[in-house]
Amino acid sequence: MTSDRRFPVRLDLKKGAVDMSHGSGGRAMAQLIGELFQRYLDHELLTLGNDQALFTPPPGRLVMSTDGHVISPLFFPGGDIGALAVHGTINDVAMSGARPLYLAAGFILEEGFPLADLARIVESMAQAANAAGVPVVTGDTKVVERGKGDGVFITTTGIGVVPEGILISGNRAEPGDVILVSGSMGDHGVAILSKRENLGFETEIRSDSAALHELVAAMIAVVPDIHCLRDPTRGGLATTLNELAHQSGVGMQIREDAIPVRPEVAAACELLGLDPLYVANEGKLIAICPPDKAVRLLDAMQAHPLGTESAIIGEVVEDSHRFVQMETGFGGSRIVDWLAGEQLPRIC
Amino acid sequence: MKYIDEFRDKGLARRLAETIAAEAHPGRDYRLMEFCGGHTHAIFRYGVQHLMPPNLRFIHGPGCPVCVLPMARIDHAIALATQHAVTLCTYGDLMRVPASERRSLLKAKAEGADIRMIYSTQDVLRIARENPERQVVFFAIGFETTTPPTAVAVKSARAEGLTNFSVFCNHVLTPSALQTILSTAGPDGVKLDGILGPSHVSTLIGSRPYRFVPEQFGVPVVIAGFEPLDVMQSALMLVRQLNEGRCEVENQYTRAVSEEGNRKAQALIEEVFRIRPEFEWRGLGFLPNSALALADTYADLDAERRFPVEIAPAKEIKGCECPAILRGVKTPTECKLFGNPCTPDNPMGSCMVSSEGGCAAYWSYGRFRAASHQPEVESRSRS
Repeated sequence: MTSDRRFPVRLDLKKGAVDMSHGSGGRAMAQLIGELFQRYLDHELLTLGNDQALFTPPPGRLVMSTDGHVISPLFFPGGDIGALAVHGTINDVAMSGARPLYLAAGFILEEGFPLADLARIVESMAQAANAAGVPVVTGDTKVVERGKGDGVFITTTGIGVVPEGILISGNRAEPGDVILVSGSMGDHGVAILSKRENLGFETEIRSDSAALHELVAAMIAVVPDIHCLRDPTRGGLATTLNELAHQSGVGMQIREDAIPVRPEVAAACELLGLDPLYVANEGKLIAICPPDKAVRLLDAMQAHPLGTESAIIGEVVEDSHRFVQMETGFGGSRIVDWLAGEQLPRIC
Repeated sequence: MKYIDEFRDKGLARRLAETIAAEAHPGRDYRLMEFCGGHTHAIFRYGVQHLMPPNLRFIHGPGCPVCVLPMARIDHAIALATQHAVTLCTYGDLMRVPASERRSLLKAKAEGADIRMIYSTQDVLRIARENPERQVVFFAIGFETTTPPTAVAVKSARAEGLTNFSVFCNHVLTPSALQTILSTAGPDGVKLDGILGPSHVSTLIGSRPYRFVPEQFGVPVVIAGFEPLDVMQSALMLVRQLNEGRCEVENQYTRAVSEEGNRKAQALIEEVFRIRPEFEWRGLGFLPNSALALADTYADLDAERRFPVEIAPAKEIKGCECPAILRGVKTPTECKLFGNPCTPDNPMGSCMVSSEGGCAAYWSYGRFRAASHQPEVESRSRS
C-alpha cells in the first residue's frame, strides 16, 4: 500500500485500539478504513471510496438477505466472527437456490477493541469472501462507547440471483416429500460452547462454518425441483424443521438413528444436558424434495466436499397439528418441539 | 458413545418391553411413580411409556429441584440481587422460573441486576476471586446430589479467606418428600403401586434410607438409573415384586449405588450444613427436617444472614396445578393453563420450566399423543 500523506503516523495494528474518533467520520475513520479495512477487503467497488457500490445485476430474479452477528467468543475453533459473517449471509441467500453476487458489511466497534483483533477478523472475512467468490463491495463502521458493545458486531447483507425455473421456499413442503441433511448436526454450537470462558472442557470439535452456495448449485443442477432449503442455525435441526412444518402446514416424521451426529458432539451434549438437535450449525443445510428425486439429490450432495455425510432423515407427512415427530433410537417415539428459551444445561 | 449407548439399546428395549408385557397381569394396574425429574426426562425423551403395556403407567414425582422450589425463594433471590446489588450466580434452569408479579431471574437480569448463569460451583469461586469488590452469592439448589459441590465451595472459600462469597442455600432432602407423598396417598391423594427410587441422589445417600417406604407404607421401591433401559428394567423389577407379593427396597442401579452410599460426601455435608426445622416445598407445603442451611460454623458464609431482605408474601399464579402435579394427583393436561397460556416459552409454573418438570416434558415430547383428543391445544398455543 502506498503511504497516504494525510496520515503521517500509521495505525498501530499491533498494540493500538479502537477509539471514539474512529467512528467520527473524520480523518481517523478514513485512516482506519484505508489502513485496515481496505488492506484486506480490496474489491475495486469498495476501494473506489464511494458510499455505495454501483453494479449492473445479471438478468433474473434477485434475492436479498441480511444477518447480524454478535457471537461470543469472537474467535473459536474452526472460525471467527469475520468468516461467520460472510458464510452466514451467503448461506441465507443461497437457501433460495440463488447464486450470491455481492456482500455489504456494517461494523459496530466498541471503544477499546484491539486493532490487532479487528485486523484478524477483517482478514478472515476477506479470505472467506475470496474463497466463496462473493466480494464485500460496500461497508460502514461505527464506534460505540466502552461497555456499550461486546467488542465487535458485524451485520452483513447479501444479494444474489436465482436461476430460471427454481422456486425454493419454506412453504413448499408436501406430504410424501423426503427430508435430507447435508452432514453432522451440532458442531458449531458445541465448538462455541467449548470456548465460552466458563466452560473449560477441551474438545476437538471445530465449527462447521462454511459457505454452502456451491453445494446448493450442485444440488439444483441435478434436482431443480427442490421444494425447501434452509440452514439449521440457531435452534438447530429441531427448530428449523418446526419452522418449515409450520410454514408449509405439514407434519414431519424423522428417525433419530438416521441423523448424523459426531460422537464428540453427542458426548459433549450428554455432559451439558443439551440435545444436539437443538444446537446451532453454520455449514449445514436441510433439503426437502419430492420422493422420486431424493436418491439423486442425496448422491449429488454426497459427491460435494461439504455434503459427504449427507443423509435422508425422514419424510413430510400430513398433520394438521404440524408436529415434528421422531422415532427415537430407543424404539419409542416423541415430539421434536421448537426450542424454548435458550437451551440451558440441566442441573441434576 | 461408549458406556452410554449400551443403556439405550433398541433391541434390549424391545425384549424388555416384551417381558414386561408378558409378565404384567392384565387384570390389575401398575401405577409406578418415578421420583426424579431425570427419570421423567428419560421416559419422555426416549418414548418409554409408549413401550409399556396400557395398564402400566408412570406417574411423575416431585424429584425436580427447580419444580419444588417455592416461589418465595425465587422472590428472595431476586431481592438479594436488587436490594443488595450482589452478583447472583445460578444454574441455568432457575433463570426462567416464575416469581411473584410475573417476574423471574431472567427479567431481573434484563432490568439490570447482576445475575450470572454458571455451570459449576467452581465458576462462582472464580467470579468471587476475580471481583473482590463485588459480593458474590451462589444460589444453591438441588437434592442431595448437588449438595457436596456446594459444601466443597464453602470450604474452599473459608480456606482461601474469600470474604465476598456467600451461599443462598436451598438444598432439599429426598426422604422427607417421599414420606409426605406417601402419607397423603390414598383415596384423595395419588394411588401408587410402586416407586422408582432416585438415581443420583442414591449414589450419595445409599439405598438404606428408603426402607421406611415398604415398611411403613407397604409400597415397593426399586432404585433406578436414569438411562431408558434402567427405567424399563426397574419397572420390570417392580412388576415382579408386585406379582410375587414382595415389598422391599431393591437396587437396579447397582453400578453406582451401594447400601451405605458415599460416606465421604455424607461426612462433608454433615460438617458444612445443618438440617432446617422446616422448609417450604412447592406443592407439598412446609415439611419438617426437609432442607439444609449452612451450619453455624459457616454462618458468616450464609447469604440469608449476611443480606437480610424484605419480601412480600409470594403470589402464586391462579389456576396453576403444579402443586397437584408434583404430588402425582393430577396429570399436566388436567391443568387448565397447560398449553394456553402456559408453555415452556411462557411458563406460569415451575413444572413447565425445567425439562425435568412433568409439564415441560409432557409439552415438549409427548403432547402429540393427547392431540387427537384436544385439537385446540396446539392451535391455541401457536396463535
